[in-house]
Parts: sequence; C-alpha cells; structure tokens
Amino acid sequence: MTDISRRKLIATGLAAAAGASGIALAAKLAQSHGLIPPDAGVRFGAGEALTYAAQRILGARALAREFSPDQISQNPFANEVDPLGDEFKRLEDGRFAEWRLTVDGMAARPTAFSFSEIRSFPTRTQITMIGCEEGWTYIAEWTGVPLSFILERVGALPQVRYVVYRSFQQDWWDSLDMADALHPQTIIAHGMNGADLPVPFGGPLRMRVPRQLGYKSIKYLTRLTLSDSLKPFGKGLGSAAPEGGYAWYAGI
Amino acid sequence: MNATLPVPEGSLPPASASPALLVPAAVQHPRHAALVRVTHWLTTLAFLALLITGGEIVLSHPRFYWGETGNVNMHPWLNLHLPSSRHTVPTGYGYVLPDQNGWSRYLHFEAAWLLVGTGLLYAIWGLFNGHFRHNVSPARSHLSAQTLGNSLLSHLRFERPGPQEVWSYNVLQRLSYLVVIFVLFPLMIWTGLAMSFSFTAAFPATVAILGGHQNARSLHFLVTILLVLFLLVHVFMVAFAGFMTRTRAMITGRVVAPKE
Repeated sequence: MTDISRRKLIATGLAAAAGASGIALAAKLAQSHGLIPPDAGVRFGAGEALTYAAQRILGARALAREFSPDQISQNPFANEVDPLGDEFKRLEDGRFAEWRLTVDGMAARPTAFSFSEIRSFPTRTQITMIGCEEGWTYIAEWTGVPLSFILERVGALPQVRYVVYRSFQQDWWDSLDMADALHPQTIIAHGMNGADLPVPFGGPLRMRVPRQLGYKSIKYLTRLTLSDSLKPFGKGLGSAAPEGGYAWYAGI
Repeated sequence: MNATLPVPEGSLPPASASPALLVPAAVQHPRHAALVRVTHWLTTLAFLALLITGGEIVLSHPRFYWGETGNVNMHPWLNLHLPSSRHTVPTGYGYVLPDQNGWSRYLHFEAAWLLVGTGLLYAIWGLFNGHFRHNVSPARSHLSAQTLGNSLLSHLRFERPGPQEVWSYNVLQRLSYLVVIFVLFPLMIWTGLAMSFSFTAAFPATVAILGGHQNARSLHFLVTILLVLFLLVHVFMVAFAGFMTRTRAMITGRVVAPKE
C-alpha cells in the first residue's frame, strides 16, 4: 500500500465517520424540532422526510398564492366520492342542522359544535388553488372559519403537536402539524364561490389546506382530535394516506 | 489526488498508435475522474427512477393544459390518449389501470433529492476544478462555423469517431452536455418545484414567471421529452463509438483493459 492510498483510505474513513455521525446528529436535531414526518420510515419515505423538513425550514409561515376573482375557475372539478349513504342523505335533507363538528383530545374545553355555530364564527374568505396529486387544478373562493380560531375556542393545550381530523366517510382521516393547523389560510370551509359549499365539493364542512395537495383537504369534516403524538391513530403513520401508499405530507 | 487534468491536445497519441500505447505510463490517469464516474451513475439511477415514476404519475391524468388551472372539464392542449389509472378521466379505453401514484410519488421525490444532491456536488466540483472549462466547454476555436459544420456533417454521415475522441469530447457533444447540465436539468428541477404548493407559497415568483401551475406541469413534461431524446442519442452514440470502451471508461476510468 502506497502512502497516497493509505492517506486516501484514512481520509475516506474519517469522512465516512463524520458523515454518518453528521446524519445521526441532523436526524436527532430534526426530531427535536418536529421536522420528521410520521411516515418517514416507510419505503422511499426518506425523500418525503427531506422535503417536509426543507419546506418547514424554508417557509413554515409562507402564505399560499391567492388569486383575483376573475381567475376563479368556471368549471371546477369535483372529484368523485364513494356513496355517502342514507344517514348523510337524512342530514342533508335537514340542511345539516344536526351536523356536528366534535373537537376532543388535548383541549381545555372539548366541544361538539353545531353547523350553525360553526357558521356564526368569524370567517376568512380566500381565492386559492386546489390541486390533486394526479395533476389537475382549479381555483375557487373558499369561505370558512380558521382552524386556529377553533383551537383557541376549545383551549388547545400547549403540548398539542398535531390536529387529527376525520370525515363522515369512515376511511378518511388525516392530521396536520401545528405549522399548518395554526396557519391563517387553513380553514374549515363552509362556503364556496359565494354560496354554501356544495356536497360534491365537501359540504357541509371541508378542511381546506391550500399549502398541501387536495387529498389533505378532507370532505365532510366531523371530528378534530388534538394530540401530542400520532402514534395512537391508525397505524401511527399520521393519516389514512400512508396506509394507502400515499405520503402524509403533501406540500409537494 | 492526481489525475483529474485533461490530456492536453498535443499529448494525444497519433491515430495510428496501437491501443496498448494509447496511455503512456507517464500520463496514466482515468479517462473520467472518479467524481464524474460516480455522479454519472447516480444521475442515471435517479433519472430512470424519476422517469418511470413520472410516467406513472402522468397516467393518472394523461392530459396537459396551459395557464394556472386544468381538469377534465377544461380543454387540454395535449391529450396523450393513453389509458389512465383514474376512471374520472375519460380515455375511450374500456379499462382503468391500477393506481401506482402512492409509491411513485414517494420514489419520485426521493430520486429528485438524489438528483439534486448529485447535481450540486458535480456542478460545484466541476466549476472549481475546471472540469467544465476544460472538458465540457468547447474551445473558442471550435465554435467557428467551419468546425461546427464539419462536426455536424461527420455526425450526419454517421462517421465513427477517431481514436483521438476517446480522450476528449467533440464540439457537438460538448454543446449538448452543456445544454443538458445547465439548461434542461435545472429547468426540470425548477418546473418540478413550481408544482409544489408549499414551495410556491414561499417562492411565488417561481411559478408566476412560468405563467402558472399548469404551465409548470406542461413544461416539466416537455423537458422530460427533451431529456429522453438526449438519453436515446447518448446511448446510441456510446454504442456507435464503441460500447465497451466508452462504458468501461465511465465505470473504471480506464480506456484500455488492464493487463492481467
């Protein structure tokens, strides 16, 4: 072995050791700053983890693009949903007077809000784009109560790190970290383009998260659970999406 | 660390030299530097993963639009007329493909990180050690109409490259590598990021300059086509110039097989 190759070997070994401990340190730091998504460990999940950490570092508070009224889509597309069933039909016939949004978990005042209560709360109206992971998009004006308002109303405890939310459709549940849960554009929408939110678009209540793909904007919202961990929910991957093969974080 | 300098033109062996004499002991060094070889194959791996998963994702909506918005209620500028993995897209085919978007998206972004990391390493290294200046940028004298014309003609006549080209890229090759490295790959990454809602929230100009979300998606697809065309020509040229020699040079760095 020549001097050069020995020096090279030692240098490579040192670099590899530094690299490995650097990665371990970075992972530990990221964990303590909440930069590791719950599905980081799934197959090919490392890329999503990097994306999530990078986007949270680069712009946790950035606002999604908003558009002018003349950019609102004339032909928005309502993605198909499974049949909603008789119970939903009954609630719809009653103009959702009996619809409840239950907020539980780590809250000082867990509450079941009626639809009319939700509608009486201060609203935010925003013209944003919704985009499907398939690639299609439309722009609409959404009106709803900011999720942050609801969290304040129920007295969310300081240790809350995630808001888990569920749909009337049993299979659909998801969760947001606090960067998106407290984000001013994250709203519980009940209006679209100046009218009540139509059922095909998620009415009566739909979570709207304009900084993430459409599948995070769950339709027919029924329940919010405030938690400091995602482990107790489903398979602990943060939402139904990773259980179906999709990423929990959909900011890209 | 030695052996990353290009062979000066004057030190090239004459065309008639026997292969064993191509690399005199004094200038024995790899045809491609180790970093070029490693990043080349990492890029290949990332590119193929991105291509396959990108294709899968396109199949869930094989239509393209201009502007900000586009969906099945709107008129696409391009309909690929492929079967789709979504029954919400009318394709005319009587069947729906299985949904592959979940793992495709996970892998697409993992491979994108690999590509970006590899690309940055290569670009920074290449800028600092003169790789782009010496090995990739064409010499000014080669940019004359005559040299360019001659090179173009020899390509059009499918003339096999002479032995001197084993050690250096020709002018057309250099120009196309420059376009791929500094135009197409950056455009790919830019148009990809411009489709990310969280990214455009932080940097709205990245999508505004492109003219909208669906423009970004359409351009992402069009640049993919250019890169695939490059890949086809690249692989053809490697095979045409001598597949084993060129591929061995990109794996081991050696132009001539080592003596047993």
